Amino acid sequence: MLAIECQGVYKQYGDKQVLNDINLEIPAGKIFGLLGPNGAGKTTLIRIINQITAPDKGQVYFFGEKLQRHHIAKVGYLPEERGLYRKMKVGEQALYLARLKGMEAAVAKKRLKYWFDRFDISDWWDKEVQALSKGMAQKVQFIVTVLHQPDLLIFDEPFSGFDPVNANLIRDEILELNKAGTTIVFSTHRMESVEQLCENIALIHESKLMVQSSLRALKDQYRSNLWEVEWQGSDLPTSFPTGITLDHASPTGEAQLLTFQADDTAPIPDLLSSLMAVGNVYAMREKLPSLQDIFIERVTTKTSVNE
Amino acid sequence: MNKISIIIKREFLSRVRKKSFLLLTVLGPILFAAVTLAPAAMMLIPDDERVIIVLDKPGVLNMWDGTDDVVLKYANPKTYTLDDIKEMVMEDDRFHAALHIPTGEGWDPDYIAKNVVFFSRGDVSVNAASVIKDKLQQELTNQKLNALGVDPELISGAKTTVSFRTIDISKEEEMETTVGPKMAVGFVGGFVIYFFIFIYGGMVMRSVIEEKTNRIVEVIISSVKPFQLLMGKIIGVALVGLTQLGIWVVLTTAIVTAVSYLVFGQMMDTEAIAAGQVPDSEMSSILISGLDAAQLINFPLIIACFIFYFIAGYLLYGSFMAAVGSAVDAEADAQQFVLPVSIPLIIAIIVMMNILTNPDNILLTWMSIIPLTSPIIMMARLPFGVPVWELLLSMSLLIIFVVLSIWMAGKIYRTGILMYGKKPTFKELFKWLFYRG
Repeated sequence: MLAIECQGVYKQYGDKQVLNDINLEIPAGKIFGLLGPNGAGKTTLIRIINQITAPDKGQVYFFGEKLQRHHIAKVGYLPEERGLYRKMKVGEQALYLARLKGMEAAVAKKRLKYWFDRFDISDWWDKEVQALSKGMAQKVQFIVTVLHQPDLLIFDEPFSGFDPVNANLIRDEILELNKAGTTIVFSTHRMESVEQLCENIALIHESKLMVQSSLRALKDQYRSNLWEVEWQGSDLPTSFPTGITLDHASPTGEAQLLTFQADDTAPIPDLLSSLMAVGNVYAMREKLPSLQDIFIERVTTKTSVNE
Repeated sequence: MNKISIIIKREFLSRVRKKSFLLLTVLGPILFAAVTLAPAAMMLIPDDERVIIVLDKPGVLNMWDGTDDVVLKYANPKTYTLDDIKEMVMEDDRFHAALHIPTGEGWDPDYIAKNVVFFSRGDVSVNAASVIKDKLQQELTNQKLNALGVDPELISGAKTTVSFRTIDISKEEEMETTVGPKMAVGFVGGFVIYFFIFIYGGMVMRSVIEEKTNRIVEVIISSVKPFQLLMGKIIGVALVGLTQLGIWVVLTTAIVTAVSYLVFGQMMDTEAIAAGQVPDSEMSSILISGLDAAQLINFPLIIACFIFYFIAGYLLYGSFMAAVGSAVDAEADAQQFVLPVSIPLIIAIIVMMNILTNPDNILLTWMSIIPLTSPIIMMARLPFGVPVWELLLSMSLLIIFVVLSIWMAGKIYRTGILMYGKKPTFKELFKWLFYRG
């Protein structure tokens, strides 16, 4: 099941092509990362999904149905440019935004009470927004985004401007919602901030979709068979199993960080046992490229890749 | 539709609940009432009595006592000199001024007329000066007439005042033309529309800018269409304006009626009783002619047209202002766009002043038909009578323009509210009109 499917989506502003033949699939129930540098076209794509703007060409499907006006009630969107009316009371404002999403006043009030209690901001119901700290305003914005229990939640640059405590709180809430079945889309240029969370990602660069894959498959594709071992001992073994060579060794305090280059078929467990025979191994892991690395490689070698 | 009504409700309530709205709504009528009643009230307040010492050597004034508030006291020219009376004015608060009438050679009236001097401590009372001047002119003229052997009674008997009635024969019944009240009705209508457009158009603009700078607009338009938000805002603000205007009309009428009944009403009654008849003063004749004129103005038509031009004019300019607000990040940046938008309005209000001299002027006729100026100029022309075809043409054109301007505003607004940073040029605004949804 796909939460969102984009087929050949184009969008142009004046002379500027903002989206160029985007074919994107966002699986339902998963956490999805829409990645790319600033100005790549992420926000425009999200605005198309939110029906804030329409594509020049192409189709968008929402859970298998052609995107229609009534679908906006099933999407929750926290834009990058997010704010509240400064002179309006907190509760009144949350209620107003909920009703604009199509919720009944009574239902909205009940759920708001639940969330306000959960985030410990009930005392602020009758205060004006301008009296709120930034962190509290962020909580209110988050509540308003998720209140109507959407099937799809989209966060544009979710963690920019959040303090660490709030960022953690909000992230945990998002994971909770995902567990309950909500599809989550994070859009960000800070790839490392969502790398741990996303199962699937798409990379957008200069209005084109560069990569679309599960994170695991992508990393497998870009694996370089480098292994890192944290090891402590007096002397390294004189030889390593076939197909494995020591790339370099660097001292890290008491222990050393060793980097090995291995063949595809190299016996990694043998390397471990040979190192354990002459010292202590604290950790061993495959050195996978970060999304950032993959992205840079994709962008710079674009011409040589057959696309 | 339901969502628009939620937006209208918020836009309306958030403004009506403000303290500044309440204050203005209550203070407005008091101010209007004060302006309406002040001139009449002024006439009832008696002037301070001014005492003037006169050194009248030629005896021109014949020991005239003066009026109720300008009292003349005569100093004996044989015992007092000019310096004496000047000193008295300086030293005694009871005296307002000193008047010196010299004799000259042979007591020549022309010499006297040119050499009268008024000495006062501080500024001289205009009223006192004019009373004395009139009296002197009259007395000296009589002296001259006497010298020429003409009886002044003869001259005053020969004086003739012409007053003519103007009758408009273009109507089926011959009607007495009544420029004054018509002008008043037209001006009030035109001015109210002018101010309403400026005040509430500006309110729409600031509200759009506020949503942009607060960064809430994208949150809202992920729930409703930008056009719904725009219309909700324009309608909500219009309702605020109509509410305020309604309260003003009711309160002002109530205050003026109450005050004039309590204060002026009683006075007129007593006067009428004392005179044994309705006073035939100048005031009351103006009042009566005004009431006559009021019957000659087609009020139902004017009120209907006022409501139409009021709403249509506001929609036309309000949507312009919303478009301007969406294109900029801060109010200060808006000036560049607001000025060209408001020029037609300002021209209209200046031109409106000329309707008095020539309500059928061809330029005015066209300005009352062309939409950007028609809400104001047509209102001012209406009381003078406007051919039906002109009115219908003006209204239809205005409706077309309102639809066009709302359409344009919707396009610009939709793009503008999501644009931050750079202030767009007119060329870019034009391009936005053709962006696809």
